[in-house]
Amino acid sequence: MSDSTFEPVIIGFTCNWCSYRAADLAGTARIKYPPNVRLIRVMCSGRIDPTFVLKALSEGADGVLIAGCHPGECHYLEQNYKALRRHRLLQKTLAQFGIEPARVRLTWASAAEGALFAEEIAAMVNEVKALGPLNWPARPLPVATAPAEIPKLSEVAA
Amino acid sequence: MSKPKFAMYWAASCGGCEIAVLNIDEKVLDLDANFDVAFWPAAMDAKYKDVEAMEDESILVTLFNGSIRTDENEHLAKLLRRKSKILVAFGSCANEGCIPGLANLSPREQIFERAYESPSTENPNHLRPQAACQVPEGTLTLPPLQAVIRTLDQVVEVDYHVPGCPPESHQIAAILDVLIQVVKGEAELPPKGAVLGAGNSTVCDECARKRDVKVIDKLSRIQELPQLNTTDCLLEQGLLCAGPATRSGCNSRCPNVGAPCIGCYGAAPGVLDQGARLMTAIASVVDANEPEAIDRVLNGIPDPAGSFYRFSLAHSLLRANREALAEEP
Repeated sequence: MSDSTFEPVIIGFTCNWCSYRAADLAGTARIKYPPNVRLIRVMCSGRIDPTFVLKALSEGADGVLIAGCHPGECHYLEQNYKALRRHRLLQKTLAQFGIEPARVRLTWASAAEGALFAEEIAAMVNEVKALGPLNWPARPLPVATAPAEIPKLSEVAA
Repeated sequence: MSKPKFAMYWAASCGGCEIAVLNIDEKVLDLDANFDVAFWPAAMDAKYKDVEAMEDESILVTLFNGSIRTDENEHLAKLLRRKSKILVAFGSCANEGCIPGLANLSPREQIFERAYESPSTENPNHLRPQAACQVPEGTLTLPPLQAVIRTLDQVVEVDYHVPGCPPESHQIAAILDVLIQVVKGEAELPPKGAVLGAGNSTVCDECARKRDVKVIDKLSRIQELPQLNTTDCLLEQGLLCAGPATRSGCNSRCPNVGAPCIGCYGAAPGVLDQGARLMTAIASVVDANEPEAIDRVLNGIPDPAGSFYRFSLAHSLLRANREALAEEP
């Protein structure tokens, strides 16, 4: 159900050392890419817990991009391999929830690859546009969780 | 002074929670000595209309086990909330959805198909349960199945949480002791929203097995392994164990006897989504860096959603399969 006016919201997690700098380079080099991605910088792609991805998807994102340093070039030696493993495991799990693989994309970009990073974003935006909105139904919040004062024994047991 | 009232109710559950309560042995006499059991369908006869006739907040404490699967479950959750001063989500179903919550991976129609049309089911007339059915004597009704399973705290306000499938009996006995002290004025209630009868760490923390290499190169099901040694971490021996993401409180019962933790005590403290945290933990220790090699290890998990969210699906961030959620009003 693709809608020509649909602009997906994509949350992009980028690592401090490579992919965020790639995005930065794309900016300073004035390379154009679609404005659908909201970037969040983390220290390393190995910091990305699937929780972050699920939280984004369940609270309104249509897709999530995870970007790290190329394999073998991680600032923290091999944490980007953890990102790779988690991504593959998460994809298998998401399939059972009915979430298409294109909505959660893993990519590598070095600090010099501003143009490539922009291309990746453009490609992802196109793919998610073709899939249409995710519109995950809101999770019912625990009912009334405001910490009430603790009832006194006498009141409770009366 | 008359004794305060106690109630226990089962919604979508198996009855194991009631058995766990009875497993406190002679301590159940303390329950009887200090409380007037006002409503407990598993243990004594009672009618819903008797509960409806009670004054609001006239029950001191209700242990509510089971998740919210049908309109009847929801009605009773709301009714018992109104009639109880303290409502406790008791057991994994009420807290996280538990095994019944796994039905959230299938839309309702698939659930009916599985239950009433599967090859092992004898149903030549293709009968399905109906919300209402006309018979000569009048109309018979059944509570309709809701689109997805919800947990108690997604339906009404909950005062305390007691995790576990079922909660361990020694923990139940300890909770009962505190409750009796409260009634006698010898103790104060814990802060509202507290998790009772469980630890503040993970199952791994309580597990005596030795963690050594902290990597896994193959994941198997227990029946596929020739032999398990009795001292080393089960995860390292190639079994998917939910210990790293699961709340402590059971004294690591299953791993102690050579069965991996399946996660029944729910998310560890501070964990928003038990399954996601378990995925993080498992993927971190997979000993492979190439996509194909990674997949070879991960293919040892035939049902990832069912394995990572075995007990917590209904309370997870996504809650259910997209198609099933779409039917929710």
